[in-house]
Amino acid sequence: MASLVGSRVERKEDKKLLTGRGKYTADVTFAHQTYAYFVRSPHARAQLKNVDISKAQKASGVVAVLTGKDIANDKIGGLIAGWRIKSEDGSDMKVPAHPPLANESVNYVGDHVAVVIAESLDEARNAAELVKVDYKILKAVVKTDKAMDSESIYKDIPKNLCFDWLLGDRAKTQEAFDKADKIIKIDLINNRLIPNAMEPRAANADYNPSTEEITLYTTSQNPHLARIIISAFNGVAPENKLRVIAPDVGGGFGSKIYPYAEEVVCSWASKKIERPVKWVADRTESFLSDCHGRDHVTHAELAVKNDGTFLGFKNETIANLGAYASVFGTVTPTYLFGPCATGVYKMPAAYSNVKAVFTNTAPVDAYRGAGRPEATYTIETLVEKAARELGMDPAEIRMKNFPTEFPFQQTLVHSVDSGDYNAGLKKAMEVGDYKGFEARKKESESKGKLRGVGFCSYFEACGIAPSAVVMSLGCGIGLWESAEVRFNPTGNVTVFTGSHSHGQGHDTTFAQIAADRLGVPLENIEISHGDTDKGPFGYGTYGSRSLTVGGTAIVKACDKIVAKGKKVAAKMLEVNESDVEFKDGEFIVAKSNQKKTIGEVAFACYLPGTYGEVKSPLPEGEEPGLKETSFFDPGNFSFPAGSHICEVEVDPDTGNTEVVKYTAVDDFGTIINPLIVEGQVHGGLAQGIGQALYENCHYDDTGQLVTASYMDYTMPRADNFPEFNLGFTCTPATSNPLGTKGCGEAGAIAAPPAVMNAVMNAVGTEVSMPATAEKVWKACQKMNKSNSKAA
Amino acid sequence: MKKINLEVNGKKVSKEVADHTVLSVFLREVLNLTGTHVGCDTSQCGACVVHVDGKSIKSCTALAADLDGSKVTTIEGLVKNGKMHPMQEAFKKEHGLQCGFCTPGMVMSAIDLLNHKKNPSDKEIRDWLEGNICRCTGYQNIVAAVKEAATKM
Repeated sequence: MASLVGSRVERKEDKKLLTGRGKYTADVTFAHQTYAYFVRSPHARAQLKNVDISKAQKASGVVAVLTGKDIANDKIGGLIAGWRIKSEDGSDMKVPAHPPLANESVNYVGDHVAVVIAESLDEARNAAELVKVDYKILKAVVKTDKAMDSESIYKDIPKNLCFDWLLGDRAKTQEAFDKADKIIKIDLINNRLIPNAMEPRAANADYNPSTEEITLYTTSQNPHLARIIISAFNGVAPENKLRVIAPDVGGGFGSKIYPYAEEVVCSWASKKIERPVKWVADRTESFLSDCHGRDHVTHAELAVKNDGTFLGFKNETIANLGAYASVFGTVTPTYLFGPCATGVYKMPAAYSNVKAVFTNTAPVDAYRGAGRPEATYTIETLVEKAARELGMDPAEIRMKNFPTEFPFQQTLVHSVDSGDYNAGLKKAMEVGDYKGFEARKKESESKGKLRGVGFCSYFEACGIAPSAVVMSLGCGIGLWESAEVRFNPTGNVTVFTGSHSHGQGHDTTFAQIAADRLGVPLENIEISHGDTDKGPFGYGTYGSRSLTVGGTAIVKACDKIVAKGKKVAAKMLEVNESDVEFKDGEFIVAKSNQKKTIGEVAFACYLPGTYGEVKSPLPEGEEPGLKETSFFDPGNFSFPAGSHICEVEVDPDTGNTEVVKYTAVDDFGTIINPLIVEGQVHGGLAQGIGQALYENCHYDDTGQLVTASYMDYTMPRADNFPEFNLGFTCTPATSNPLGTKGCGEAGAIAAPPAVMNAVMNAVGTEVSMPATAEKVWKACQKMNKSNSKAA
Repeated sequence: MKKINLEVNGKKVSKEVADHTVLSVFLREVLNLTGTHVGCDTSQCGACVVHVDGKSIKSCTALAADLDGSKVTTIEGLVKNGKMHPMQEAFKKEHGLQCGFCTPGMVMSAIDLLNHKKNPSDKEIRDWLEGNICRCTGYQNIVAAVKEAATKM
């Protein structure tokens, strides 16, 4: 039987999604449905003096109006920060309370004040206008780099500082800097982004007063985590009385990893009114209240020798957490960022210092790449600047500093198990025809355009994660993954995974793995996920973890099935177990023609006795049935890496910048389904190029979100991109039996520096992200002036 | 309220609608045709594109009350005798979708393009789809799917 691993299998999940038969949360409507509309703060920072709901309560169709007082009276717990970070001085991080409905103060535009529940959405929305809120408006803290010098938003959090964290050794790094021939310095802003999954967040909670059970449909990347948080921390219902279903989910990119206030409120309200409560965000609500991404202000320095050898690296970053510490908000700028700050290089000494601040803006949390794009942007911009200042080719300086022996103990945390960074960069130069760049540049010049080329070599730590490691670093949960492989009596298979697919194609990739492992045809395997009542607890999908961690759990469960199958087949064939081999779905007795298919063995496991022609007594001590569970906790992270080369054309008269050529060569270890992996790279690149050229979340000085619709926030469109050239190298991961490394975030990590290095190469000076036409035009003007002066 | 008579996916429909009910809400909430998605409030994302009298429109921007007598085709109406439309087949073959949320609008829009122009260039496809936002695919395989469908339609 040909192996399915490595095949471009068309996706099993596509037909329902292509024919309008998908089921997203907003598509679910219950009998006796009610509709929720949230009253949100129009102010970035204010005291709540009074919330008068009396008029709204009497409005047509209104079932209930609930406020922060109600939620406090019912002792519903607040939203949580999932990762405890300690400051350099050993003190614990400081986080404010985060009630699902505000009680005393509101802290960003869009913060939740009250919920109106009515018979129809129109009635809920109309009644929300009648809720009269008396705000005492306070001066908002908005800017990341000014937060520590501003008035404290929370009285027990001085300087608005959540933590002041250090990774690495300042003294040792300074020693390295003292020996440097040259120190390259850079100041960067990693622009704030809004994730913008196309499906707006939604929740529909249905409480059954007879069974006291809540069924919550929600747009989640991680329904099991939603259940444990809403149960154990918010205290809405015991875990066994809360079923969370994340059906088809329309993209997440990090913004749907954890439950938000709305899921908590809908679940609690459903219990209160004993009717189902449905909420669907409109797009502006999504802009205002989905967690945002990035938002770093960084000063970094690289110490180099004149021959281009790196000696040391310093990074001082201020990271904006927004108004509250979200679930992964505190780990994103620390352990997901700091260890990758030295990039893909040998770096004898380094430190990374991050000050995380609160501001009156929406909470910031993990967004595709989470910490690693920020780290990669910093080091890769510095490296390119170093190459320019030393007069070296950007490829040459990188290769000079790549590690060549693996496992590679990276400077700050990670032991990287495998990689071949030279091979990746060389292949990228080949695929992208780097040699031909000068000729293409001349051609662009003949059209009056400036052409630039930019590199990015990256590595990242994903496949999160080893539980022992992350828990020792402050993570409040383990990060293993579960799988249950269930043979049905008639020989087909259902595989339950604790991870969640919201576009990644698990139904297909995971079925390919199980089909190969069990020798069962692909069409006889169903993958089940997204429902806490089906399959064991799991940790969901983010951090490019599903395949390396969740896929491995499937492999291990399949191996247990085969191990039991061997015993049963041996009994059926009346031979010793050691004489039975398993291959391509058959248990075969060596050197004979005796065999049993895995389907026959499964059938026997469910009919363990003699019935007419069926003779299938189980071996002594074996239980009936054929179902195995595995919980896999990896020994290490996985470390995808690669080199990307971008070419841009700039029109100096308008500043318009176009990506005209983009080459990505990535090492994701073993690839199960190239069709899906290529799609993941394309999507990541679009978001990375989006950050570099188009996307920017902008709050004005009073904390109003100026970019709160698709008319103001530039989403990349089809006509913004060229056709991407992809290539792959492969050094299998050693930390999982599949050899996979994760591919979902690479594009978003590598593209911003590749694009920005190309822009800077084209215009000859630094430009900040996003490199809008206005900024690039101004940079061109500045360079024209300085060129003419020089002339 | 106004009574409207429509043909939706080949079936006659007669309903009372409020004056402010837009077509996307009418399809999703009155007819339970939830294949048409709503991804924004400003007629930008294109997830809600359907065909009215053979032309693609954003259904969030048309009042149902204005469409009396029209023929509407939604994503649910493309399957004929259990077989997907060539555009749907092409999206599957070329991996032109990931989360699937923008896909119904993308498919309806792309079909209208091929109805206008038999063999569009990459640039023409990208320009045409400018009103449909996809956050997952980077558009590359969507372009490939439209080109593939052009060979079959």
